[in-house]
Amino acid sequence: MKPATFRIWRGDSQGGEFRDYTTEVAEGMVVLDAVHQIQATQANDLACRWNCKAGKCGSCSAEVNGMPRLLCMTRLHDLPIDKPVTIEPMRTFPSLKDLVTDVSWNFRVKKKIKKFKPRPPDAPDGTWRMAQADIDRVQEFRKCIECYLCQDVCHVLRDHGKQDAFIGPRFFIYTAALEMHPLDTEDRLGELQQTHGIGYCNITKCCTKVCPESITITDNAIIPLKERVVDEFYDPLGKLWKKLRG
Amino acid sequence: MEPPARLNGGVVEEKKKHMADYQNFEYDVLVVGAGGAGLRAAIESSAAGVRVGMVCKSLLGKAHTVMAEGGIAAALANVDDRDSWKVHFADTMRGGQYVNNWRMAEIHAKEAPDRVRELEAWGAVFDRTADGKILQRNFGGHKYPRLAHVGDRTGLELIRTLQDHGIHQGIEVHMEHTVVAILKDRERVSGVLAYERERGRFKIFKTRAIVLATGGIGRAYKITSNSWDYTGDGHSLAYHAGAELIDLEFVQFHPTGMIWPPSVMGILVTEGVRGEGGVLRNKDGTRFMFGDIPDNYKAQTADNEEEGWRYCQGDKSARRPPELLTRDHVARCIVREIKEGRGSPHGGVYLDISWIKQKLPKAAEHIQRKLPSMYHQFKQLADIDITREAMEVGPTTHYVMGGIRVHPDTQMSSVPGLFAAGECAAGINGANRLGGNSLSDILVFGKRAGEFAARFARENPAGVIDGDHVEEAVTQALGPFDRATQGENPYQIQRDLQEMMQDLVGIVRKEEEMARALKGLETLWERACKVGTSGNREYNPGWHTALDLKNLLTVSEAVTRSAIDRQESRGAQFRDDYPRKDDAKWGNVNIVLRKGADGAMQLRHEPIPLMPSHLKQVLDEMK
Repeated sequence: MKPATFRIWRGDSQGGEFRDYTTEVAEGMVVLDAVHQIQATQANDLACRWNCKAGKCGSCSAEVNGMPRLLCMTRLHDLPIDKPVTIEPMRTFPSLKDLVTDVSWNFRVKKKIKKFKPRPPDAPDGTWRMAQADIDRVQEFRKCIECYLCQDVCHVLRDHGKQDAFIGPRFFIYTAALEMHPLDTEDRLGELQQTHGIGYCNITKCCTKVCPESITITDNAIIPLKERVVDEFYDPLGKLWKKLRG
Repeated sequence: MEPPARLNGGVVEEKKKHMADYQNFEYDVLVVGAGGAGLRAAIESSAAGVRVGMVCKSLLGKAHTVMAEGGIAAALANVDDRDSWKVHFADTMRGGQYVNNWRMAEIHAKEAPDRVRELEAWGAVFDRTADGKILQRNFGGHKYPRLAHVGDRTGLELIRTLQDHGIHQGIEVHMEHTVVAILKDRERVSGVLAYERERGRFKIFKTRAIVLATGGIGRAYKITSNSWDYTGDGHSLAYHAGAELIDLEFVQFHPTGMIWPPSVMGILVTEGVRGEGGVLRNKDGTRFMFGDIPDNYKAQTADNEEEGWRYCQGDKSARRPPELLTRDHVARCIVREIKEGRGSPHGGVYLDISWIKQKLPKAAEHIQRKLPSMYHQFKQLADIDITREAMEVGPTTHYVMGGIRVHPDTQMSSVPGLFAAGECAAGINGANRLGGNSLSDILVFGKRAGEFAARFARENPAGVIDGDHVEEAVTQALGPFDRATQGENPYQIQRDLQEMMQDLVGIVRKEEEMARALKGLETLWERACKVGTSGNREYNPGWHTALDLKNLLTVSEAVTRSAIDRQESRGAQFRDDYPRKDDAKWGNVNIVLRKGADGAMQLRHEPIPLMPSHLKQVLDEMK
């Protein structure tokens, strides 16, 4: 056990400040353990979302020493704890209190994406057949725990505030999972190009870097979607071909 | 008790609030809890055309269901065509040591396959067999490979599928709201009082029917795989509203939780590790499970390592390895190894999946593909590469078999209009739940609760909200602010409770220790009445922790009283002072609790109804 200092953002939508808390840290501790310790002994009202503490629910997203992280999967061991560890809320979302932000925009965005629409069942008993190889990619996207760290780090949202015109990496992989689902028959390319703003992404791959589930967001989801949009709307020969075929 | 004076940054509130001051909502069916059971219930109610509201403690999609790993049990017979609802029913009854509600076990086994197929129609993407069907894996207590799964993140797939389907169904979701009281109009329910976390405001939800789907009670224990919101809210709300609780002595300790480093203690290690061929060893390298196979499982359990491995590889002529015995038994064997000095350095035993490299080419890749979260979890939190070395594991509080007593077909409790589904309801699991049966339980009975709650709402007019009850509950809920920092620290009380329950009402129980726990609970109740909160009502976890105490203390008392009463060992209840199963006295009895007129917890025994001959015949066939 040795003491370490945590510089934690305390405040609300009106503003706030960093405050220092010193607490004992032990082997194996993660940042969320330190926050809990401080909450239990020094600041009962310190607001912080968390649920599973096992990297599965995606609730405890925040910025640790400036990096978007899950507090429950960030080990103190991997941080320079001889200096104060700064913990602040995700900056892309409006602040509610302390480490808690208003992420409701994400829930509204998801509702706007057309739902899954399967083809008729393959077998008389109402079931389908799919090969594992055909669903590997979709399963990768479905690992997403909706922590919104990718949304937090994306400069289109964070620096340019394009929330009204751009759905962000989380919802590109959501759309990709639906578009690449072997059973799905819906078409979402029109809105991807228009209201969902896939063109704003300039593939800097920041989202991929912060994904705690290691989903290859840019390469496996966004770029293939961009290609589909290009094929659909910007390919002159393709356009002509479609026109000729009626 | 004095009403609040100092709130929201010093704004003084009037002494007496009127109901008009609270925001009001009105629904036909209100679902409390947004895990698998709650979501499935809400989807079913909304499909029936009634107005559905949903209140949940966390953000949508974060409920405890996401933590379910191994799979969902359903007799699809995709991998082994000998499987059927009958085998699943018999396995569930055997695992529950025959004190289950047989009707629930029957419904569950029959309807689970349809509930799984329905998920696929809503977009779920399960792992596949070679011929493109839903793949199924082995799990403890299931005779055949039965668990439909997605690697080791099946719960996430399930909750996300329901969530993404449900958001298009017109369900109004109130996230980060906590219910503090169920309101009644004479005998029946008429609404709930809840507070929202964000601003700390109270809201009244008027409703014709309520579905409780609040999950379990794991936070009553120190070492648990459960998340912060598992504070027994539904159990406690229902109990204080006059509903009966049943089987509370049966708390499941999952045999394999992480034990090192200390900060990760309790985090679940899926049974899927053993389903894929993982073995348990003590410090001497002995596979100790072979040394203790209960008589009623001898016929279906391998007696040598070679046969166990063949079973994990799908050899239909092989019997399952003893690591896949039921959770209650495996947990006790692990405790015994540790107590008798054969444990691992940090006080657990070894769980080894890396050994399969002796049997399989590309074993490391296979492990990473079948158990990706486990690989990730150990690598990141414990610096252990499970493809190369063994994990250290020990039991962790995981699930409560006991809960709100419900009608097996409709899921309605003893209070008209109050329904319950999933972990907070009881009956299907008896004395021990089989892994994989909870994900199927929440779907099967979530659907039924939603269906019958909607029907109840159609057939009954709305009740009247009891304003006095609202005022009393609000005053009580704001009490911690009056005492502020002069009061007891809510986190300290919670921690003391968790330590006491862990030590005195844990895996191995004794009358004298549990009597001490009851005394301890009295003291903790007194302290909880003096709990104080600093800060204001806006997103204040200290306040929330203070309010959760009532629920945790209620369920802890229910567990302790029931466990003292059942003087035998059965399933998850292991009594050191009554180590034998006593079928003559206890084999046909459930313990039922309710709140007496004097406010004290009353306990009675209720005989289990006679099983109809067609089900008895199934059990005989499956012997």
